[in-house]
Amino acid sequence: MRAESIEELLAGAPSGERRVVGRLISIVERDGDGAEEIAEWAHARSGRAHIVGITGAPGAGKSTLVGGLLAVWAKAGRRPAVLAVDPTSPLTGGAILGDRVRMDSVATGAFVRSMATRGHRGGLALAVPGAVRVLDAAGFDPVVVETTGVGQVEVDIVGAADTTVLVVAAGWGDAVQASKAGLLEVADLFVVNKADRHGAHDARRDLDLMLDLGRVSGHEDRRGHRPEIVMTTSTTGHGVEGVASAIDEHRRHLVESGERARAYHRRIALEVRDRAQALLVTRVAKLLSSEDGRVALDAAERRAMTPAAAARAVAARIIAAPDRTSPEHDRS
Amino acid sequence: MPHRPAIRIVLAKLGLDGHDRGLKVVARILRDAGMEVIYLGLRQSAESVVAAVEQEDAHAVGLSLHNASHLTLAPRMVGALAAAAIDAPVIVGGIIPDDDADELRRAGVAAVLGPGASADEVVRAVRDAVAGRS
Repeated sequence: MRAESIEELLAGAPSGERRVVGRLISIVERDGDGAEEIAEWAHARSGRAHIVGITGAPGAGKSTLVGGLLAVWAKAGRRPAVLAVDPTSPLTGGAILGDRVRMDSVATGAFVRSMATRGHRGGLALAVPGAVRVLDAAGFDPVVVETTGVGQVEVDIVGAADTTVLVVAAGWGDAVQASKAGLLEVADLFVVNKADRHGAHDARRDLDLMLDLGRVSGHEDRRGHRPEIVMTTSTTGHGVEGVASAIDEHRRHLVESGERARAYHRRIALEVRDRAQALLVTRVAKLLSSEDGRVALDAAERRAMTPAAAARAVAARIIAAPDRTSPEHDRS
Repeated sequence: MPHRPAIRIVLAKLGLDGHDRGLKVVARILRDAGMEVIYLGLRQSAESVVAAVEQEDAHAVGLSLHNASHLTLAPRMVGALAAAAIDAPVIVGGIIPDDDADELRRAGVAAVLGPGASADEVVRAVRDAVAGRS
């Protein structure tokens, strides 16, 4: 099974065949042989799916909410997919990917894929858009990207979605945390989960207050709409249909206002920037371990050059001598 | 830059069997050995495990069986994977009598781990099973 050719895999992909789509994502994720071909195939066919970013603190109830949304979408005859991102242990490089526990991929027919934060060539910022595009091209819609909104890369990833949903739990003081992480500005929709618990209305009030401040500061005008706040109890399913319709409502708003095209524009710009940076990072690492790099490092160490001047010398060498071997042709 | 992709393994308990403590310990052991553990937890079926292995493009399946139905459930899992043309080894852990362990191996189970298995033995069993297939 592991020896199937890329052509064979791509032939099976449009029907959303689980095994094929699973394989394609793996190849794209680690930038293996055929990744370029798959990316071309997927990019040409993508653009139909509504991309929904779902984020929130660990334990806020994101996975349970996504599990509920999958059931709502399946009932409506849609074919959703989920990319669930979970942290990798910084010590061992391993990860426990447990988001599927709350999602029934058999009953809902949803495609659920777990991704660890590390272990991708070029990092999460490149692996996620690549995988989302494969799911989009394979006909899944909507495509959900779920991450804990920790760290700038993760905020960028969910912020680049068509609709970004921030989940906060009752009584967690999440509103302040979210505002620290910059998530409030990127969220198009707020979900206050565990609404049956004490503190749910406080959380709602906090969010409302923050949104009011957004109006004062002019942020609301720039984004063109005031994000909705939906109360849910994911464990019972209460309010989940409300989240699904708020997502649809936002999708309509995006299309009618022309924002959807702008979101796409931002996403592409972000990804091209990230990919260009990743290419340069590889070149820098390569140069630093070469003879020229060692000369520059040594000069800085002897205080013959400042670290900044050594860095300029390294960068100048990269600009002067274009590298013919792209990462695609340089696999060890 | 990562040199080799991490082993991805799906861990599950099949049917009505609420004893998931062992499986959680195994998940942690495998994570600490650098693997990506896709944890499905309780009340899974052969069908739901096959779906997860396909979508996650996993290399192996680890089952924890503590309800004496291993002779039924483990071969069913091996059969379901084969029926879906998935070449992923099945590793079984739990309370398995020696005679039954032999029978499970004959039925295509790659390794059987008892309650006394050390962390190293668990990791080695998974690595060997995956290496044996690729």
